[in-house]
Amino acid sequence: MAHAQPSLNLSPKVSDEIRRTTCYMCACRCGINVHMKNGEVAYIEGNRDHPVNKGVLCGKGAAGIMQHTAPSRLRAPLRRTGPRGSGQFEEISWEEALETAVSWLKPLRDKDPEKFAFFTGRDQSQSFTGYWAQAFGTPNFAAHGGFCSVNMAAGGIYSMGGAFWEFGEPDWDRTKLFLIFGVAEDHSSNPIKIGIGKLKARGARIIGINPIRTGYNAVADDWYGITPGTDGLFILSLVHCLLKSGKVDLDYLARFTNAACLVNLDPKSDDYGMILRDEDGRELVWDRGEDRPRCYDKPGVIPDLAATWRHAGVTHKPVFHLIAERYLSEDYAPETVAETVGIPADRIRGLAAELAHVAFEQAIELDRPWTDLRGDRHEKMIGRPVSIHAMRGISAHANGFQTARALHLLQCLLGAVETPGSFRFKPPYPKPAAAHPRPHATARPGQPLAGPHLGYPMGPDDLCLKDDGSPQRIDKAYTWENPMSAHGLMHMVISNATAGDPYRIDTLMLYMANMAWNSSMNTRATMEMLTAKDDNGDYKIPRIIYSDAYSSEMVAYADLVLPDTTYLERHDCISLLDRPISDAERAADAIRWPVVEPDRDVRGFQSVLCDLGARLGLPGFVNEDGTAKFKDYAEYITTHERRPGVGPLSGWRGNGDGQGRGAPNPDQIDRYIENGGFWTAEIPHDAEYYKPWNTAYQDWSVEIGLTDKPTPYLFELYSEPLRRFQRAAEGRGPVQPPEHLREQVKSCFDPLPIWYRVDTDSDEFTINALTQRPMAMYHSWGTQNAWLRQIHGANPLYVPTKIWEANGFEDGDWARVTSAHGEITVPVAHMAALNDNTVWTWNAIGKRKGAWALDKDAPEATKGFLLNHLIGELLPPKGDGMRWSNSDPITGQAAWFDLKVKIEKVRAPAEAQPAFDPIASPVAPAPANVRRSTNETG
Amino acid sequence: MTSLPEKTDKTLGLVIDLDICVGCHACVTACKGWNTENYGAPLADEDAYGAEPVGSFLNRIHSYEIQPEQGLAQLVHFPKSCLHCADAPCVTVCPTGASYKRVEDGIVLVNESDCIGCGLCAWACPYGAREMDPVEKVMKKCTLCVDRIYNENLPEEDRVPACVRTCPTGARAFGDLSDPDSAVSKSVAERGGMDLMPEQGTRPVNKYLPPRERDIDVLAPLLEPVAEEPRGFLGWLDKALEKLG
Amino acid sequence: MHPAVSIIVFTVFSGLGFGLLAFLGLGFHRPSGWVAFVFFALAFGLAGAGLIASTFHLGHPERALKAFTQWRSSWLSREAWAAVVAMGLMGLFALPLIFSGSYIAPLGWLGALASVATIAATSMIYTQLKTVPRWHHWTTPALFLAHGLAGGALLAGQVAGASIFLCALLLLQLFAWHVGDAAYAGSGSTLGTATGLGARGAVRAFEPPHTGPNYLTKEMVHVVGRKHSRTLRAIGLGLAVVLPLLILLALPFSHALAGLAVLSHIAGSLCLRWLFFAEAEHVVGLYYGRTA
Ligand SMILES: Nc1nc2c(c(=O)[nH]1)N[C@H]1C(S)=C(S)[C@@H](COP(=O)(O)OP(=O)(O)OC[C@H]3O[C@@H](n4cnc5c(=O)[nH]c(N)nc54)[C@H](O)[C@@H]3O)O[C@H]1N2
Ligand SMILES: Nc1nc2c(c(=O)[nH]1)N[C@H]1C(S)=C(S)[C@@H](COP(=O)(O)OP(=O)(O)OC[C@H]3O[C@@H](n4cnc5c(=O)[nH]c(N)nc54)[C@H](O)[C@@H]3O)O[C@H]1N2
Ligand code: SF4
Ligand code: SF4
Ligand code: SF4
Ligand code: SF4
Ligand code: SF4
Ligand SMILES: [Mo]
Repeated sequence: MAHAQPSLNLSPKVSDEIRRTTCYMCACRCGINVHMKNGEVAYIEGNRDHPVNKGVLCGKGAAGIMQHTAPSRLRAPLRRTGPRGSGQFEEISWEEALETAVSWLKPLRDKDPEKFAFFTGRDQSQSFTGYWAQAFGTPNFAAHGGFCSVNMAAGGIYSMGGAFWEFGEPDWDRTKLFLIFGVAEDHSSNPIKIGIGKLKARGARIIGINPIRTGYNAVADDWYGITPGTDGLFILSLVHCLLKSGKVDLDYLARFTNAACLVNLDPKSDDYGMILRDEDGRELVWDRGEDRPRCYDKPGVIPDLAATWRHAGVTHKPVFHLIAERYLSEDYAPETVAETVGIPADRIRGLAAELAHVAFEQAIELDRPWTDLRGDRHEKMIGRPVSIHAMRGISAHANGFQTARALHLLQCLLGAVETPGSFRFKPPYPKPAAAHPRPHATARPGQPLAGPHLGYPMGPDDLCLKDDGSPQRIDKAYTWENPMSAHGLMHMVISNATAGDPYRIDTLMLYMANMAWNSSMNTRATMEMLTAKDDNGDYKIPRIIYSDAYSSEMVAYADLVLPDTTYLERHDCISLLDRPISDAERAADAIRWPVVEPDRDVRGFQSVLCDLGARLGLPGFVNEDGTAKFKDYAEYITTHERRPGVGPLSGWRGNGDGQGRGAPNPDQIDRYIENGGFWTAEIPHDAEYYKPWNTAYQDWSVEIGLTDKPTPYLFELYSEPLRRFQRAAEGRGPVQPPEHLREQVKSCFDPLPIWYRVDTDSDEFTINALTQRPMAMYHSWGTQNAWLRQIHGANPLYVPTKIWEANGFEDGDWARVTSAHGEITVPVAHMAALNDNTVWTWNAIGKRKGAWALDKDAPEATKGFLLNHLIGELLPPKGDGMRWSNSDPITGQAAWFDLKVKIEKVRAPAEAQPAFDPIASPVAPAPANVRRSTNETG
Repeated sequence: MTSLPEKTDKTLGLVIDLDICVGCHACVTACKGWNTENYGAPLADEDAYGAEPVGSFLNRIHSYEIQPEQGLAQLVHFPKSCLHCADAPCVTVCPTGASYKRVEDGIVLVNESDCIGCGLCAWACPYGAREMDPVEKVMKKCTLCVDRIYNENLPEEDRVPACVRTCPTGARAFGDLSDPDSAVSKSVAERGGMDLMPEQGTRPVNKYLPPRERDIDVLAPLLEPVAEEPRGFLGWLDKALEKLG
Repeated sequence: MHPAVSIIVFTVFSGLGFGLLAFLGLGFHRPSGWVAFVFFALAFGLAGAGLIASTFHLGHPERALKAFTQWRSSWLSREAWAAVVAMGLMGLFALPLIFSGSYIAPLGWLGALASVATIAATSMIYTQLKTVPRWHHWTTPALFLAHGLAGGALLAGQVAGASIFLCALLLLQLFAWHVGDAAYAGSGSTLGTATGLGARGAVRAFEPPHTGPNYLTKEMVHVVGRKHSRTLRAIGLGLAVVLPLLILLALPFSHALAGLAVLSHIAGSLCLRWLFFAEAEHVVGLYYGRTA
């Protein structure tokens, strides 16, 4: 019988309308096409025109529709009715909620602004929330960067005026060798994946340096399963090999880094270790042309890397001498470091050889004439096609700042920054530390703060200390404990506020941070602190205001909850003043806009801040007559000016043709919507490389308002700001560290990259324990997503073959994992492609019973677990009577990955330990089954 | 109709590059998103927020570890959806004719209105490419996005499967494997595209490109020292700088 | 494979029913009138109950009639037809026998043939599956037939026939287990061939695609413990074959004992049929880390 088949409609209607906005399933901020059908969101796909994702979406983004419809969405403002942590609330009106907040905050502002602390988590509007906090006048503001990756940001900005993270990217189209250090997913989720796809298509080589071989490291052509916390030593050993064989880009180093700058080497001099400067305080180099010291950027100067200069009895040597002297030492020889880093010497030598070969034998040349900071014209752009990317595997260790610096030193020795085929910055970067603001923290009753909270200290004078030397900020940022804490220390706020150290606060306002769960170290204790009471039975943190969009663990610990919308229901602004979405060849910013109206009594948090600001009469939020300046965030976005002509959005300013600069344009948001939700400005062809020194780029950045005047600069292989702190620790200068920190500052603030041990020398806890981001989950918030939670509904602890066999583990077994800090009992699973002495699990899969509108028997709560219970914000006592914090002594970066554990097989308990009693859910129970479709109401 | 067509005009399918797949699951949720809204009944999730959620997915990402004779262990992310086999056993076992292979392009589909939900086709599939919808109780499988690839309501460039369109690394390619000049056929030829479980005799249309050789030494010439200690190095430096002029 | 009660009941009882019909059709003993009515009622009852049970595991039983359409290619469809034809023929054969006592032999033979064919068709649904190596073997239809005919003979009170088929069943079952236990490993399908990565080294399943179960793992990745299966095999064979044989051969005939033999056989058959499914390994298990 003939083959019969039904006839299909091959061209069904896809949607009634496409609304283009920006994804917020994570901080990568891809462009999305939201397909609308019957007034509902029907399907979400990537926006092909968008600079970030060029049409693709990741697993989270493509599941956005389930986030938008999650039963865990809060429905109205909440006032706590039960004890803190119980999850018992009553829904109240917005008027009530806002008036309550005002009644708490107004007195604080009038009397004692520092008693109000405002910290934001996965905030993408820091330039706005910070501006608000500045107007309020509290010194206590920061976002989550301090526990995230400040080491990466600060290490890069102090060294090169830009970093990995979101600040730069490999030259995906030209690079021939790509090294990826300590990355699981990163913020640039899709750009990195797209990039790896491009490299694979071109047959370029990818090398993963990571204790764990999953994801990017699994597709890497080669893998270095390094021992956690030892990358600095590994990198400096590569530096050793390159120096020793003379495989370094001398021309690049001399022209574009401070390798040629002359350093005062007279131990008796007050400027010992400082760079020699002219009367205008500009760095001096030895000019080979005129055989005399000259300012580094004078036209025609040929900086000399070799010449030493003895002057007025003081010897000055170029930085490059100090580099050679230090790293040629056998301490950095592959044979010396091999055992510590867990990689054989010949593998280290092999990698060094490969780096040198690609950088110098496979160099590329572009016929793009350009003019440098000295006015020298170059006919070609010389490229060193070696690119490097790194993230929290480097930064989340207590030696991460110096390790990041070491990595940048390696890049610079190869001439592999801002050159074709290497690593390039994304506007507004490059931007050196000096061009960033200094921190401001002096609170005055009823007054705004004099300047932004967060900045880059240049030395002890910029620390945020009161006259008595005590911290100005509740998180102790910019104190001698962590002088360069450029992102603040959100992870210290709750413990400090509870301890009343450095002082007590009254109201803590948190936004978008699940501090009662996965974003805190020492989770159990954090929950206890949030509910701790003083002798009068009052909460030690008297008031907590929290803005979340969903029923997270943290909601239960707030007194007042301000429910936010989902990302499809509000205006947002991804601004060049903030964490922008530019790439190395274009500046870009973007918006979110309400593609659907909320069906609940919720409001965008930024709009709520505009309202609160007006009710509090904050400068910048009220007009002369005291009326509200912005009816909502959208109005702020279009009308606010940071500097004359420069505002949150750079596109379509003035009468609509303004790029970067121009008067506010009331139709700006409409223009953005017409353009797909984003704006881009292409960097001119001849300005695409060598940006920090390229006059064409410098002029362009002034033109589009990134800077107000050209600011070329040198990369700081030798860091003077570090030296200034170190010099103080040596007893020089008025601002002195407390004695107990003197040695730490002396040793850690080395102006040249160093490596130091971070593992607590315990012979009981010897196994490294790590977490990784799952590509299909975003921290805690992916769990409420019915599709994503099926992919990661529970997390085993992955154990390497050696430890697996030593403990006689079998599939289905459980283990007790203990650290100096705590104990968990969890399921284990075997993994071979893993560093011999490292165990790991996926981050933030474990959930608290009662949260996220999940069934209390959800696997997330019964099998899933957090490693956080094992990590303390303080290190175990070292016997010196001190409690040292578990963070980088330079930046205060939380050292999540310094964790050491012991592991033993145990009988499977009923559920993963520790288990906490359920919290009452503030939202209605979830439906049993889901049938996502707009075609039928399923 | 459950007897297979003699031959199909085209042989549309996917080519999946195991060398590139980073296991991000984007293709999984993009697939679910498109197909729950389009072809047939929605793809249900039973006990969606409960203790044992079970949803129907048309595409899932496995991962496997390889321990070579000597050398480091490797990890391979492994996407799997219907392979649209030429000799599709799932079709011939179907008692109702709901399961069929299209003559035009070889796509294997389930006509849900004829499906009695007996599950036999899923038993017959070696690859686990068919899943009974937990709520609708009809058989679900990859449609190769038959309602996208010819869809005149979509721009030309978007007439590809949802999973292919979304894959961030470009590990998924779609095309006509009967046309030797198609990009997919070429990559299969160049990279030695493989069949899964050839011994099952299903003659899969979808092909898998094997991971490229890992952990091989590129043998860059080893580095020769220019000097043994700092002083010697500075000597070299002077000469080197002379050369630079 | 997941041992679904509905399918176990269906295959066992329809097997018995058609087995009995076969014997009635062959007419070794020729009941008439009330006796005939009881026998046929029993046979049709069993077969019918089985067929009805079979619809319980359908997602859409209301569409069951569509299952008749694909007899050209589908064994399930053929089984449906065979069952209807067999019951039709045997109906035509039974009516005159019951009411007029007239015995139309050729009809009976045809009916018997169709009944046996039905059992065979049922078994072929499983035998055809290359994906389940344990089933993909001539012993599967042989076993189903032996079960049906042994049970049929027992019910029909055919001591000789029953004894022969029970012995056959015993030997076949032992042999089926012998080859079956090696079938999965011998099928040539391994995680290596399933992933195409076998040549590179030892392949191991790392992470499943989803942390929870899914239709495939629930339906096709069912594991029975070694010890557990040993005991069940013993019990199954003991009840289905050994005990009835003892009763038939070693003990004097009595209706009570015959009844006991029948019940024991049915209980044993249910147990063996549970094992038939529960012990069957589907190659898709490889993708989920189930090793041969
Ligand atoms: N063990 C371990 N712990 C870690 C890490 C680790 O690597 N290992 N990583 C650390 C790092 S780097 C970070 S950044 C933190 C991240 O941890 P968090 O900053 O806590 O991030 P999330 O858990 O994603 O969620 C923050 C909160 O934002 C809420 N939210 C989601 N969308 C919205 C919205 O639109 N509006 C509002 N108002 N709220 C919303 C969510 O419901 C959630 O309660 O985790 C840290 N914790
Ligand atoms: N899908 C998804 N994407 C995300 C997030 C998410 O939750 N989900 N979170 C976002 C956030 S807030 C952040 S901060 C970024 C973080 O982006 P990543 O830095 O990629 O985040 P982690 O998962 O912490 O990855 C740390 C990696 O470093 C490795 N590692 C740990 N210690 C060492 C070491 O000593 N040396 C080396 N070489 N490697 C080491 C770990 O094995 C792991 O692969 O991701 C962002 N992107
Ligand atoms: S990476 Fe994924 S989740 Fe993050 S913004 Fe892009 S699409 Fe959304
Ligand atoms: S989207 Fe691409 S890279 Fe991601 S899992 Fe699917 S095939 Fe692999
Ligand atoms: S993969 Fe499975 S479902 Fe798809 S055609 Fe082949 S046998 Fe049928
Ligand atoms: S489940 Fe549906 S498609 Fe599959 S064999 Fe049965 S009737 Fe055919
Ligand atoms: S082709 Fe379409 S149906 Fe098939 S896996 Fe890809 S997205 Fe899913
Ligand atoms: Mo982070």
